[in-house]
Amino acid sequence: MGMTMTQKILAAAAGLDKVEAGQLIEANLDLVLGNDITSPVAIKEMEKMKVNGVFNKDKIALVPDHFVPNKDIKSAEHCKCVREFARRNEITNYFEVGQMGIEHALLPEKGLTVAGDVIIGADSHTCTYGALGAFSTGVGSTDMAAGMATGKAWFKVPSAIKFNIVGKPDKWVSGKDVILHIIGMIGVDGALYKSMEFVGEGIANLSMDDRFTIANMAIEAGGKNGIFPVDALAEEYMKEHSTRSYKIFEADEDAIYDEEYTIDLSSLRPTIAFPHLPENTHTIDEITEDIAIDQVVIGSCTNGRLDYLRIAARVLEDRHIAEGMRCIVIPATQAIYLQAMEEGLLKIFIEAGAIVSTPTCGPCLGGYMGVLAEGEKCVSTTNRNFVGRMGHINSEIYLASPAVAAASAITGKISSPYELDM
Amino acid sequence: MNAKGIVFKYGDNVDTDVIIPARYLNSSDPAELATHCMEDIDKEFVKKVQKGDIIVAEKNFGCGSSREHAPIAIKAAGVSCVIAETFARIFYRNAINIGLPIIECAEASKGIDAGDEVEVDFDSGMIYNRTKGTEFKGQPFPEFMQRIIAEGGLIPYINSQK
Repeated sequence: MGMTMTQKILAAAAGLDKVEAGQLIEANLDLVLGNDITSPVAIKEMEKMKVNGVFNKDKIALVPDHFVPNKDIKSAEHCKCVREFARRNEITNYFEVGQMGIEHALLPEKGLTVAGDVIIGADSHTCTYGALGAFSTGVGSTDMAAGMATGKAWFKVPSAIKFNIVGKPDKWVSGKDVILHIIGMIGVDGALYKSMEFVGEGIANLSMDDRFTIANMAIEAGGKNGIFPVDALAEEYMKEHSTRSYKIFEADEDAIYDEEYTIDLSSLRPTIAFPHLPENTHTIDEITEDIAIDQVVIGSCTNGRLDYLRIAARVLEDRHIAEGMRCIVIPATQAIYLQAMEEGLLKIFIEAGAIVSTPTCGPCLGGYMGVLAEGEKCVSTTNRNFVGRMGHINSEIYLASPAVAAASAITGKISSPYELDM
Repeated sequence: MNAKGIVFKYGDNVDTDVIIPARYLNSSDPAELATHCMEDIDKEFVKKVQKGDIIVAEKNFGCGSSREHAPIAIKAAGVSCVIAETFARIFYRNAINIGLPIIECAEASKGIDAGDEVEVDFDSGMIYNRTKGTEFKGQPFPEFMQRIIAEGGLIPYINSQK
């Protein structure tokens, strides 16, 4: 009986020739990640441990990104706690405001995540790095504490669902539509405890940014991780961003999958998840009534990368957002911000009536920088539309791609670029 | 070890944003987090919950964010056990790691209503509905996790290994 990509990586990290689904293993970690919400709890837990410091100061990444620049005094205290811990333990990869970005966009860009790695992060969207052929998964603060101290974590080896990707997407269909389509199909617990393994010739038609977006939202289907095979494009990305050596794992021919699905990219349409679950998906063609919106957010660990700012700019160029609309654009990292500036994208956003923010997770989780009032509706390129996620419990979030978000900002209702005759 | 208390009942996909909304995550103090526990799904919860009470839910309890603040808030509010048909995986891990007892049991999830008095025997995995006079067998933890829980969470477990 063969192993999946995920199982092979976990076996290697546990020093075993073979693992099977359900087996409990202890794996060596290549990277342990935390942010300004989860790290303070982890630091407090680590202080209870009989250890003198971290297992490896180069293999820990601390990225204050949720409530920075500090949104209030309590957040400032949390950030100070993380900063002082980083200084005390000489953490190499601590990213201060000015260097930071949204963690899951930042770490691959900084070359800290490569194929074959085993990564845990005290943030549920840590599954993003599967786009590069790494095993990465979200954990809580106590796991982060134990990981920082010991360099190890326990895992139950997951079974897998295989998604065979074929075809080529239409120009206004991107990674977000692919993953929303999948979540709509299998549900928010459709991949509970499992790995989501994406394979097939259609992957060649997905950019790296698309793959990051798809792997990022594996957790929204309950998945333990999402993972892609390493192809020439992924290798090119790693060579461009990282000096670390990487290891490519491929699934065995006779690997066992609980379920298999084929996703034909050419059949996908812009897809929107209605309140209050990411599985409540509708294609743009299925929306027959006008849904007026108050705010649009383009950014986050899901959709704040350069590809998506370019798509949004293409839609917003020489147009203006609807009267009364608030459109918030958040480049995910400083490097993306700078590149967007050099390409003239920020000018397009500002001339269209949008605002451009420093990198932050702020509005995605209702922290700051775009909190919703009672009764307000938002089209957001973020990843969750739970009750109260972005503000008042009677506000509504529609999850969509950057193309749909930008088009909706212009018309003032849920729209796609097709309606703008693009 | 046993838990006994009155049940608060919820449905599918109770996410960590309703268990502890992110607007309160500028704090990591368990007592403070507890005062907002379940606020966005049940405003009455913090007013009514008594030490030892039990949460019963349906599928995918604790989905969403990895915030450990969610099981911390539930535990600090006095809840002695969460029973659900299934748990989201990060919540499941976090609950074990901080020593909040949880049990997966689809039948109990269906056969217990809000306000029922329920008793749980963690050693046997048995769940007794004292109000209705029914009983259910919950999914026991693997031995490895039982050791973590017996030590009171992951950190004491690791300390005990040294």
